[in-house]
Amino acid sequence: MARLNLVLLAVLVACALGLVTSQHQARKRWAELEREQARAQQLEVEFGQLQLEASTWATPARVEQVARERLRMHPPGLKRLQVTDTRTGAAQ
Amino acid sequence: MKFADSPVLTPTFPPWRARVVLGLLAAAFGLLAGRAVYLQGWNNDFLRAKGESRYSRSLELPASRGRVLDRNGEALAVSTPVKSIWAIPEDATLSAKQFEALAQALEMPRGELRKRVADTARDFVYLKRQVPPEVADRIAAMKLPGVYQSREYRRYYPAGETAAHVVGFTDVDEVGQEGIELAFQDALAGRAGSRRVIKDRLGQIVEDVESVRPARDGSDVVLALDARVQSLAYRELKRAVEAHRAKGGGIVVLDVGTGEVLALANLPSYNPNNRARLTGEQVRNRAVTDQFEPGSTLKPFTVALALESGHVSPLTTIQTAPGSLTIGPATIRDAHPAGALTVEQVIQKSSNVGAAKIALALPAEHIWGMFDGIGLGAAPRLGFPGEAVGKVRPFKTWRPIEQATMSYGHGISVSLVQLARAYTVFARDGELVPLSLVKVDNPPAGKPLLSQKTAVAVRHMLELAVEPGGTAPRARIMGYRVAGKTGTAHKQEHGGYVPDKYHSSFVGFAPVSRPRLVVAVMIDEPGAGQYYGGQVAAPVFSQVMAGALRLLGVAPDAPMKPIEMPSGVLEVRDSI
Repeated sequence: MARLNLVLLAVLVACALGLVTSQHQARKRWAELEREQARAQQLEVEFGQLQLEASTWATPARVEQVARERLRMHPPGLKRLQVTDTRTGAAQ
Repeated sequence: MKFADSPVLTPTFPPWRARVVLGLLAAAFGLLAGRAVYLQGWNNDFLRAKGESRYSRSLELPASRGRVLDRNGEALAVSTPVKSIWAIPEDATLSAKQFEALAQALEMPRGELRKRVADTARDFVYLKRQVPPEVADRIAAMKLPGVYQSREYRRYYPAGETAAHVVGFTDVDEVGQEGIELAFQDALAGRAGSRRVIKDRLGQIVEDVESVRPARDGSDVVLALDARVQSLAYRELKRAVEAHRAKGGGIVVLDVGTGEVLALANLPSYNPNNRARLTGEQVRNRAVTDQFEPGSTLKPFTVALALESGHVSPLTTIQTAPGSLTIGPATIRDAHPAGALTVEQVIQKSSNVGAAKIALALPAEHIWGMFDGIGLGAAPRLGFPGEAVGKVRPFKTWRPIEQATMSYGHGISVSLVQLARAYTVFARDGELVPLSLVKVDNPPAGKPLLSQKTAVAVRHMLELAVEPGGTAPRARIMGYRVAGKTGTAHKQEHGGYVPDKYHSSFVGFAPVSRPRLVVAVMIDEPGAGQYYGGQVAAPVFSQVMAGALRLLGVAPDAPMKPIEMPSGVLEVRDSI
């Protein structure tokens, strides 16, 4: 009887220590999850800012200005225009 | 003698004394037991809450406001997180050096900042709101006592003044104040969530206590607007308003097939990102909230009604000589007196006498029914705040002279959006389409008003009006067939017409073989000499329509020949 009790005591101690470790592990993982979530949010914020920046750069007025001034583009003249039919590909 | 029998031990107290002590002890035990039961049983929740409040914290999960996007996904309004810097004045004991550093970082006048920090009567005071994150980080690094930060959002509008009237703006707390931001406040606004957590000594989160109530971010609103067309429309309108030194103007571009508003711009405008000096004049969304007398742009509807009811055919001749018509005490005049005109020519030359004669032959009730049918006198239900209803008086009160003048758009008032929408009737073979500010997936059904035959006939007349010999040859576009009508009307102020102030307008659509877009332009008080719709508004129409058709990839339906402006003789002016 005493022997059995000793075995059970050993099992109990082992279980208790196991519980402590697993709880510790869980907390560590949890903290990690929290960090990652914070990072995800930070990235989302950055995404928003980049999107804002992108649409500020892509303002039609600015695109036109760059096309005209830096790239020296202009609408084609009449002589260089040819209308084609998209179905047949033939010039009209 | 045994010790126990010693007489010394014989109690000398009265016997009740021991019982009283016993009773008191029992009562004290009873009290303790009762208290224990009370604390553990009845009062449990309160104590548990008290305990939890020592280690658990309720965190707010911020929700972000939805974006406003154009039909191609281009952002028109975006929220990005910023910080607000606040202080508890009593705790904020800053050294002179710290104070100076803070003032420099916040770019605030020293006096203003001093006043706020020194206001010890309050326990909370904002030092500055909507501070960029980099600045906030610098301030956090100073570790100032009693100065704290909290997270908030700021709304940015990349399109700036171009789309200001459509998109609108929010206040500092991100509540919509104008435009789409106000109209779609419920959809755009997010709902903040919350979670209760256990924090350890270092303030790190250990675990969740209750289930998390997640934050619900506001949903994005996808507008029907096309940012490219919008930008083009705004630019051309601005150019015309400046060139003609006008007081203001508006432009509306509609998709004929779906009733979507592809562009809507007004002048004067404002920069929604910097609203420091904003006047009501700038904020007003004229195209939607202002009503004006449309003038000749209404003539086609009178003619359409006459055609529909069989009173006239396009080639019926109407005698307009001698260029004036007297009804009672009033006289209607034409700018270019002509003799007999066909109904087509009445539209082409914009003859008031012709339109009045056609209108007088029709029952007032039918004319009213036409105006009502095309949506005049009723809000266009775009969802914008403060849409103008316009003014169409009940037909029973019409006198003959009023019936005559209404046929050419006087004594009746409309908003530019209403006018643009009304023209979808001609562009869509007789159907009026409901308008939409948001992108439409399934084109809505139109409301039939006219037969296809009538719509086609009026389209032809409107095409004549932009050809040499009409009122708006400047509306033409290379490569596309265009149809439209000019309007020029005296402004009304204080209940009377002002002789030298005008509203110049043009409404039209293209390509005529298969109309795709309706563009309506109105210039308010052009002040540089020219004021006829064909001179002031039609060129804007032409530029915007040409650009928009190209942007949307609409196939040309006319030969690519350069457009030559007719010499003065061939350009007919509106009759006002």
